Amino acid sequence: MFKHFIYLQWKAFFRSSSLGKSIGLKILMGFLAIYFAVIFLLLGIGMYPLLTEFYPDQPPLHMANRFVLLWLVMELVFRFMLKTLPVMTVKPLLIAPIKKRKVVNYVLIKSLISFYNLLPLLLIIPFGIFLSFKTEIAPLSIIGWMVAVYTLILSVDYFNFLIKKKFTDNLKALLPLVLIAAVLAALEYFDVFRITLYFGNGMDYLVENPWLAIVPVLLFAALYKLNQHNLERRFYLDDSLGGPAKEVNTQEFNWVRRFGDIAPFLQLDLKLIWRNKRPKTTIFLSLIIMGYGLIFYPQDTYESMRTMYVFVGIFMTGIFMINFGQFIPAWDATYYSMMMSQNIPLKKYLASKVGLITFSIVVLTILTTPYVYFGTHILVMNIACAIYNIGVNVPILLYTGSFNRKRIELEKSPFMNYQGTGAAQWLVGIPLMLIPVAIFWPLTRWVSYEVGVAVLAGLGLLGIILRGPIMDFIERAYRKNKYAMIEGFKQTGE
Amino acid sequence: MITITNLSKNYNGTTVLNIDHLKIPKGQSFGLVGNNGAGKTTLFSLLLDLIRPSSGNVFNNDITVSQSEEWKPFTASFIDESFLIGYLTPEEYFNFIGELRNRNKADVATFLKDFEDFFNGEILNQKKYLRDLSKGNQKKVGIVAALIGDPKVIILDEPFANLDPTTQIKLKKLIRDLTESSEVTVLISSHDLIHVTEVCERIVVLDKGKVVNDIKTSEATLKELESYFAGDQQVQEVQEDLS
Repeated sequence: MFKHFIYLQWKAFFRSSSLGKSIGLKILMGFLAIYFAVIFLLLGIGMYPLLTEFYPDQPPLHMANRFVLLWLVMELVFRFMLKTLPVMTVKPLLIAPIKKRKVVNYVLIKSLISFYNLLPLLLIIPFGIFLSFKTEIAPLSIIGWMVAVYTLILSVDYFNFLIKKKFTDNLKALLPLVLIAAVLAALEYFDVFRITLYFGNGMDYLVENPWLAIVPVLLFAALYKLNQHNLERRFYLDDSLGGPAKEVNTQEFNWVRRFGDIAPFLQLDLKLIWRNKRPKTTIFLSLIIMGYGLIFYPQDTYESMRTMYVFVGIFMTGIFMINFGQFIPAWDATYYSMMMSQNIPLKKYLASKVGLITFSIVVLTILTTPYVYFGTHILVMNIACAIYNIGVNVPILLYTGSFNRKRIELEKSPFMNYQGTGAAQWLVGIPLMLIPVAIFWPLTRWVSYEVGVAVLAGLGLLGIILRGPIMDFIERAYRKNKYAMIEGFKQTGE
Repeated sequence: MITITNLSKNYNGTTVLNIDHLKIPKGQSFGLVGNNGAGKTTLFSLLLDLIRPSSGNVFNNDITVSQSEEWKPFTASFIDESFLIGYLTPEEYFNFIGELRNRNKADVATFLKDFEDFFNGEILNQKKYLRDLSKGNQKKVGIVAALIGDPKVIILDEPFANLDPTTQIKLKKLIRDLTESSEVTVLISSHDLIHVTEVCERIVVLDKGKVVNDIKTSEATLKELESYFAGDQQVQEVQEDLS
């Protein structure tokens, strides 16, 4: 039966109208995958010597155990941001003579067969081999340890599955979790309650009693069952695929009226964002990313590496642009033929998108002004980045949008619907951030920080001044690709 | 109002539509019938410039639709549910379309008053998004939205499908009222021969992308169409009868 599912997914991938883009991304991601695999393998081989060098008076395994919890948390964070959960077009399968459990099992098992789950093995196995050769620890203990750590990581995978669904269903449900993690991290930091230490001790105990490896295995099995139960329960049309009609939100966003003739489109876009789960998460994500500067600004290391500030500035002021903008015009995919035959000049449609993103950049820039606490040079940099985003990155994103062929199912519930929320989504953002970094770096290195900032802002201003001809160019691209876009957006499924 | 010249559409070497010449005068109620795959939706999509013609042109009030967007202000259409915005309520959708056609909220509200009977109390003030309405009710919204702002050309693909009998009857009256003044050109496609013969003054039969019959509706039209669709042999006879 699994053979059939794999066959379906294979066809869905190769017969999709966004095939070219998908393959391009897959190749790029393939290179990234190799890169990370090598890094992990080197780390796995180097871990034992490194630990003995840094902590000569402690047994390496004991030290490694103290990092296990931290590692698991990192795994969770990365998986949450990067890992795309397996998608399947479920509706046609509902009435086919296939047991629900089979479909659910397929989705869950497929999630295990993933590159993200291969990486930790590259770390664990070499380390385990080192342990068995260099130390007196019994082979059974080492095997028990390896099994335990690996199943813990796989459990993180399923845990991610659970919370990722929670997150898209209801963001507030995630708050207590974040809060607990923050409190534990603070207690750890101030040496009040060192949870990593206790967790490490637990792992040490497990090494002494390898049969305890059964505990993480059981945890893993329990999470599997929980996911299975969860998915099966939602396997009904009315529950997750169709969704019952709820009391609707009829907020009108009348304040956008003042934006003149693009107002109706702005109003529509705001409703789009506010009433559909998928775009709504981009808003929350944008607000969370506002804290990104806190990672960089307080550290003195970055004062000597100010190029990083370009990256941070572009990212913070443009996070909404990256997350929302790259799916323009696919957000309107479900009614794109109407948009193209209604009394809407293409130019006005595009102008309204520019308006929306520019508005978001302005708001986000205002929100980042408190970072002036770390120095005016940061405030100036963020403003320059914002201008660069408005003038240069917005047109780039809009232009690449004309190659968009992939429909976004706004109306599907987030159940098994994570189109484009994987690593690929972040990859598109890379050139948007790398180009300004590449421009800024030589300037700040050989001329000065101020000149670098001025050039970024100048490029942005140039883009704003040339907006008219640039928009004409983009409009032509949209017109040229119009038929292919209509065709592509009609394709449902993956 | 609409002139089609040498229009054809090919997909991978297969011709799905090929019309040498077709002229639809202003104010005509034009019906398009044909079996599945005859090219009805393809023709309508070409009229709206939603697909690219392989050759030929469509002129809507002397504007080449694939070259200019100037036909959009006076042309309205409802092809399928991809013309609806699922996350809006029906009122919001009507207002949005109204705005695109330079009608303010008050205008739209007055306009909708006439359709209270047509909506049968299931559309307005329901506090539901369009995506949560039934297929039939979605269709009603789409059809009525296509009438907002006094368009001169209205294109409706399969307007009778999915509607209940009562609404079908109301819709027929609606279309007849529209074309009464001979100001509005209405194009309708349908599988239902009875409905088309009742509302259209002219019926064109498409088969495998070609116009095989072009009839001015009369008492005999329904019989003629029925015998055509009943079998190929009878078609020959019908055509001989005609000539």
